[in-house]
Amino acid sequence: MSDGPRTGATIQTPAPAGDGDGGHPLAVEVRGLVKRFGEVEAVRGIDLDVRAGETFGFLGPNGAGKSTTISMLCTLVEPDGGTARVGGHDVVAERNDVRRNIGLVFQEPTLDAYLTAEQNLRFHAELYGVPKALVPARMQLVLEMVGLWERRKSLVSTYSGGMKRRLEIARGLLHAPRVLFLDEPTVGLDPQTRASIWSYIETLKGQEDITIFLTTHYMDEAEHCDRIAIIDQGEVIALDTPEALKASVGKDRVQLQVDDDAAAIEALRDRFGLEATIAEGHVTFAVAGGEEFVPRLFAELGVPIRGVSVARPSLDDVFMSYTGTTIRDAEAGRQDPMLAMMRGRR
Amino acid sequence: MATTSTTPAAAGSTATAPAPVRVVVPPGGWRADLRGIKVVWQRELIRFWRDRLRIVTSLVQPLIFLFVLGGGLSHLAAGGTEGVDLRTFMYPGVLAMAVLFTAMFSAASVVWDREYGFLREMLVAPVRRGSIVLGKCFGGATVAAAQGLLVMALAPLVGVPYVPIMILQVLALQLLLAFMITAFGVMCAVRITQMQAFMALMQMLVMPLLFLSGALFPLAGLPRWLEVLNRLDPLTYAVNPIRTAVFDQIDLTPAARAALLPGITWFGWNVPIGVQVLVVAAFALVMLSVAIWEFRRA
Repeated sequence: MSDGPRTGATIQTPAPAGDGDGGHPLAVEVRGLVKRFGEVEAVRGIDLDVRAGETFGFLGPNGAGKSTTISMLCTLVEPDGGTARVGGHDVVAERNDVRRNIGLVFQEPTLDAYLTAEQNLRFHAELYGVPKALVPARMQLVLEMVGLWERRKSLVSTYSGGMKRRLEIARGLLHAPRVLFLDEPTVGLDPQTRASIWSYIETLKGQEDITIFLTTHYMDEAEHCDRIAIIDQGEVIALDTPEALKASVGKDRVQLQVDDDAAAIEALRDRFGLEATIAEGHVTFAVAGGEEFVPRLFAELGVPIRGVSVARPSLDDVFMSYTGTTIRDAEAGRQDPMLAMMRGRR
Repeated sequence: MATTSTTPAAAGSTATAPAPVRVVVPPGGWRADLRGIKVVWQRELIRFWRDRLRIVTSLVQPLIFLFVLGGGLSHLAAGGTEGVDLRTFMYPGVLAMAVLFTAMFSAASVVWDREYGFLREMLVAPVRRGSIVLGKCFGGATVAAAQGLLVMALAPLVGVPYVPIMILQVLALQLLLAFMITAFGVMCAVRITQMQAFMALMQMLVMPLLFLSGALFPLAGLPRWLEVLNRLDPLTYAVNPIRTAVFDQIDLTPAARAALLPGITWFGWNVPIGVQVLVVAAFALVMLSVAIWEFRRA
């Protein structure tokens, strides 16, 4: 086990997430990263550490600066300020070393549809200099991992959207990168395919010793991550495990089924000092220790209750507690990322 | 080169998981760049071979020029060709033309690659950008020369015999010409993101370059302005050597040779064929360098 930068792409360090204090090299190290597009500051001084072996999620609405940050980490865009090291290499000074050590799966497809799956992979293997003797075994491994081995001779143009995404993931892994970047790996896919992509990612974590850095704007997907950074308007506003983030909200979500919604809301305000709203058709409010609160509610509300549900906070609630808006509303308000940035600034 | 090893499954993998294949990607260098050039070149060939329709359709235009235009005008031109069939005269020009269109089409693949995202896969690879451009240009040259060979097979139809030395000379010249055109096309394609725009630009540039080069008319007795433009057109220096290689193999009266193949002069100096080929090579190198330079910044 060595901590220093390595020239090869071997993954010798089985570094399970969680015990990465001190001993393990950082897979990604970001300090004060800044990117401007003209007057607009898309990324405003981000600091991040991703430990080797971790699955790290970058969560935020579209236009928050996720893709710009990931582009800088992948050496596609040069930062205007700050530094970033990926796999121990500087993204500006050691660009090719970074590139050899990372796998990329972009939001948009980057496959050659007129080649077969096998030809696409072979192209990648040659371009990344995978030793010739290892190519066949490596190709079989990654294609079997994503369940496309039988279809390897088919033209990519005959693949479905989900199959293409799986092939891209396989290709990203072909040269055994130390860090796999997945930019919105499931965007545009139906729920069933999304679930299957996630099960492939889980399998992959078991088989390859790899750090996964992904972006998503789906709250439920962020739960798959060991740690999450919430990014909004070019800044990291929270960074922790999903559990810790949810705990930091500290309040449970309580929903009531009552006959008279207005009376219930008024009673909640008068007797408990709680602000409730109607969400998903029910009177909804947040309160610490929701389960202990329910008996008091029945005893003191004074409005007949037909049903009650208590939910632990979700990442949606986390996002809301940090930004004062839901991720969906944040996106609706900023169709154009550039405009959004400008609004955010002024 | 790299050291490689296969190790048992890492801690954390399940017992049923296949043993991971460990890969050490070697640090870059000229070997990595060579592999990059080769695989980009191979992809061009695979895609050309897949697209049989394109092979057939890009034959149509040269055939129309040769047999329809050449055949149609041959009676009209008979007075000025010293007894040589106009189609025989036009044939070397059409050999250059076939290469021209195919090479342009190859360069257009850069625009397609951008549109379909594949360009990104190449741009993030740990190889020098130059090797991607070189691979593209070699690919375009190979594909165009293959197309040129098909047109060369028509030689007997226009009274030109199959002579091995001629075929080799023409093939070499076609390769060089195609390389130059692909480099030129890639140079333009780096800046252009839309296929329509690229095609329009190529139409605007290719036809004048082709006509000015003397592919379809002899360089003797041109008006002054046309002569100047002809000498500035890089294609001129590829068409004339091709025509020389072909005409060396057919019987021509001295008068016919003087009328149809007067050679190229610069301010009265008769430019040797070797220098003409060097001009094409120099153009090719300049365009390649610009294309690589632009690709680096892309």
